[in-house]
Amino acid sequence: MDILEEKKNKNKPYKPILEDIPDWPVYQLSKNRNEFINEVTQHAIVRIQALRPQRKQLIDDLEATVYREQNRIKRNRWRADPKDDSKFWSGIKNELVELGNKSQEEADKAASKILEKIVHRYASEIAGNFKQTSYKFARSIIKFGFLRLLNGTRIKKFGAFFRNRYTLRDKIQIVGKVKMIRQLARQGTVVMVPTHFSNLDSILIGWVIHSMGLPAFIYGAGLNLFNIKIIAYFMNSLGAYKVDRRKKNLPYLETLKMYSNLAIQKGAHSLFFPGGTRSRSGNIEKQLKLGLLSTAIEAQRSLYMAEGVPKKVFIVPVTLNYHCVLEAPEMIEDYLHVKGQDRYFPEQDRYGSFGMIKFLFKFFTNPSSISVSIGPGLDVMGNYVDEKGNSLDATGRIIDTRDYFISNGDLSIDRQREDEYTRMLSQRIVIEYHKINRVFASHLVAFIAFQMWQKKYPKLDLFSLLRLPEEELELDYQEFKLVFKRVRKVIYKMKEEGKINFATHLKGKSDLAIQWGIDNVGVFHLNRPLVKNKKGNIITKDLSLLYYYQNRMVGYDLEQFI
Amino acid sequence: MTLSSSSDKPVGVIGAGNFGTVIANILAINRPVLLYARNQHTVKHINQKRENRKHEIHSNITATHDLAQVARECDVIFPMVPSEHFRAMMKVLAIHLQPYHILIHGTKGFDVTVPSGESINSIAKLDRHMVKTMSEVIREESVVVRIGCLAGPNLSKELAQRQPAATVIASHFDEVILIGKRLLRNDRFQVYENRDIVGVEIAGVLKNIIAIAAGALSGLGYGENAKGLLVSRGAVEMIYLGRALGGDVKAFLGVAGIGDLVTTCNSPLSRNFTVGYRLAKGEKLQHILNDMSEIAEGINTVRIAKKCADHYKVRALITDRLYKVLFEGMTVESALEFLMRFPLSADIDFI
Repeated sequence: MDILEEKKNKNKPYKPILEDIPDWPVYQLSKNRNEFINEVTQHAIVRIQALRPQRKQLIDDLEATVYREQNRIKRNRWRADPKDDSKFWSGIKNELVELGNKSQEEADKAASKILEKIVHRYASEIAGNFKQTSYKFARSIIKFGFLRLLNGTRIKKFGAFFRNRYTLRDKIQIVGKVKMIRQLARQGTVVMVPTHFSNLDSILIGWVIHSMGLPAFIYGAGLNLFNIKIIAYFMNSLGAYKVDRRKKNLPYLETLKMYSNLAIQKGAHSLFFPGGTRSRSGNIEKQLKLGLLSTAIEAQRSLYMAEGVPKKVFIVPVTLNYHCVLEAPEMIEDYLHVKGQDRYFPEQDRYGSFGMIKFLFKFFTNPSSISVSIGPGLDVMGNYVDEKGNSLDATGRIIDTRDYFISNGDLSIDRQREDEYTRMLSQRIVIEYHKINRVFASHLVAFIAFQMWQKKYPKLDLFSLLRLPEEELELDYQEFKLVFKRVRKVIYKMKEEGKINFATHLKGKSDLAIQWGIDNVGVFHLNRPLVKNKKGNIITKDLSLLYYYQNRMVGYDLEQFI
Repeated sequence: MTLSSSSDKPVGVIGAGNFGTVIANILAINRPVLLYARNQHTVKHINQKRENRKHEIHSNITATHDLAQVARECDVIFPMVPSEHFRAMMKVLAIHLQPYHILIHGTKGFDVTVPSGESINSIAKLDRHMVKTMSEVIREESVVVRIGCLAGPNLSKELAQRQPAATVIASHFDEVILIGKRLLRNDRFQVYENRDIVGVEIAGVLKNIIAIAAGALSGLGYGENAKGLLVSRGAVEMIYLGRALGGDVKAFLGVAGIGDLVTTCNSPLSRNFTVGYRLAKGEKLQHILNDMSEIAEGINTVRIAKKCADHYKVRALITDRLYKVLFEGMTVESALEFLMRFPLSADIDFI
């Protein structure tokens, strides 16, 4: 089995590229937190007023906002919501009602005032709260705590608790263009856009950024995460800002985008999950949310228009690869429910602090590893960049990203154009995800088993297939092995062509790789997606879960090789 | 957004064929034009004799043989090159292009890349990964992203006589549409806009198939009933094929779809129509091709569309029969007989 374990990471820990925390852009931002919130407020107001030039339109939007907010408070209240939520919004409602009694001029003024109140509140809600001391503390907690847990539980002797035999670096593999990202972070602003599968992503990526020697990033984390106190603590101290997906009103969305836009312009390295929410189906994201992504493009254009030497914005796609995703059973259930009946379901998290700790314990007591693939740097148009940050065309010729914003020889603001650029960038990121995605043996065995069953019942649609009794499903091991070898070969070839990546444990004897995959796929779940029965054949205890894990391999046209 | 800052900058046109020359003449009404011709002799001829392919050349036009010069001096370039040379031209031009360039093409054809060892004749089926529109070729070969396409009922001869006509400019970018409109519009030339560039491109290409069929009907001596049948059923077939290839139905109902279709089917002037006409008169394809000075895009389109229809399992009867006539020696009469006997029911089922 040893051969199959991931090779030990030989890389030494990376040195921080900026020694002192006070030099970090994120620190600068939070030191001047109030000024920054005011700046965001002012800019967002200008933007909203440009989008709603007539008072009537603006008031319509404000009324819609109040209506939705009060609805949200009534129906879907979270622990992370401010205490005075209902008071604030009923106050706004009254002010809006009073507008009717005012003269044109007064009403104009009052409407702008209301807008400012709302936007300022949103900006304060969104703003992160990075503190130097708690960052250091949280960082050492993560490092120390996880490390001890890891060593203690793996060696199973009490004394081992304080030895450093295994480190987090062995557990979590970071592969890909680390050096390049370090260089780019020195010259410009990095916007990291990872895939999103688990609530663990947010903490994991914080640690990854730190261990690559990069200064803390600001990141857009779903407000739902802040409901869980232990995570809220880490998130706050790691520089997260809050994204509330329940709020879909214009003032909120514009404020959020302005926050990200201005932070990027100020050189704060940023991170958000462009899929918007965790992938419910287990698929690698195909459709990205364009809102926050557009802020990278807008910030870049603003930087070109500003005086002085323009800073460049670099987009870095990242994929996170797990053998097991804690929330998989609930997520796939939700996904199938929605897909099957086309009904909305409210987003909830079923884990409190205790559930989280239990999960973390399981996670660290199990030899299952995680890998993080860092993609190559892109400019905001999705062109690859070299180590100096120059954008390259397909032939390797250096091109100037500034030229994309030029019309008739001059830099210009054209929102429609930038919307289109955002769409193009999102497509590029999705392509990069598929290229840097690191196939685990567990993903592959899940894919092959599910596809083989699908092929056995060609007339059944997905839902009928999933309803088959699990006892009826059994795959002959030899048959399975043949298919595994065949598909693995295709994956080898695809890697050579740069279309995909795979973990080292996938190589070697196919019996061992299959065993590794079956042992690891969905390893923490009560019902395992795949197990071997006494005859040595492959069976499943939960077909829906298997479907979740196999989805990871969808999008490569591998189905034809089953 | 004003054009004043660079209104003295010339507009580029690549390709001095019939359509390229006519478009250059229209552009020259508003702006200086740099017209690229592949053939050095043509360049000389245009610059000295002020004439090309029997079109008089506007005094604002300068011909050149230097693609680098076109890229250097022009921000906006109109490639008007036959589809079979388009990719090769782009490969040469691409080295000189920058992200600020805007390309608006007027080529109605597909680009086909088949796996090595295969040819477009030998390959049994084609899918969308192998068949590209010109805007997709531009994206693949260059850094240019602001791309537009020009399509519509634009017979070169009528445009040259300044008869009233319209075109559609399609692009994902408002900016491109706006610039295209400003450059092309005049009191005899109306310009419409469309956001579905791929749909418009596909409509413009597929109508060439029906144009050949129209020529064939005319060659057999049939009249207006037959033509009405062909145009309406042809439009339906275009929509089926177009949807399989990623276009939206709407594009097919506009100037670039129905508009262009009606024109080409009624126009003995068009090359595609001529091919069909002469086939119906019993001439062999090779013989017809030998005395045409420019490429009839429709012939290649039939080949490509037939193989795509097979791959995507689209029922495209007219295309399929034309394929047999063009490449498998079926007579026009028996193709028509087959179509008239085929049991069909629903008139319209795509809206």
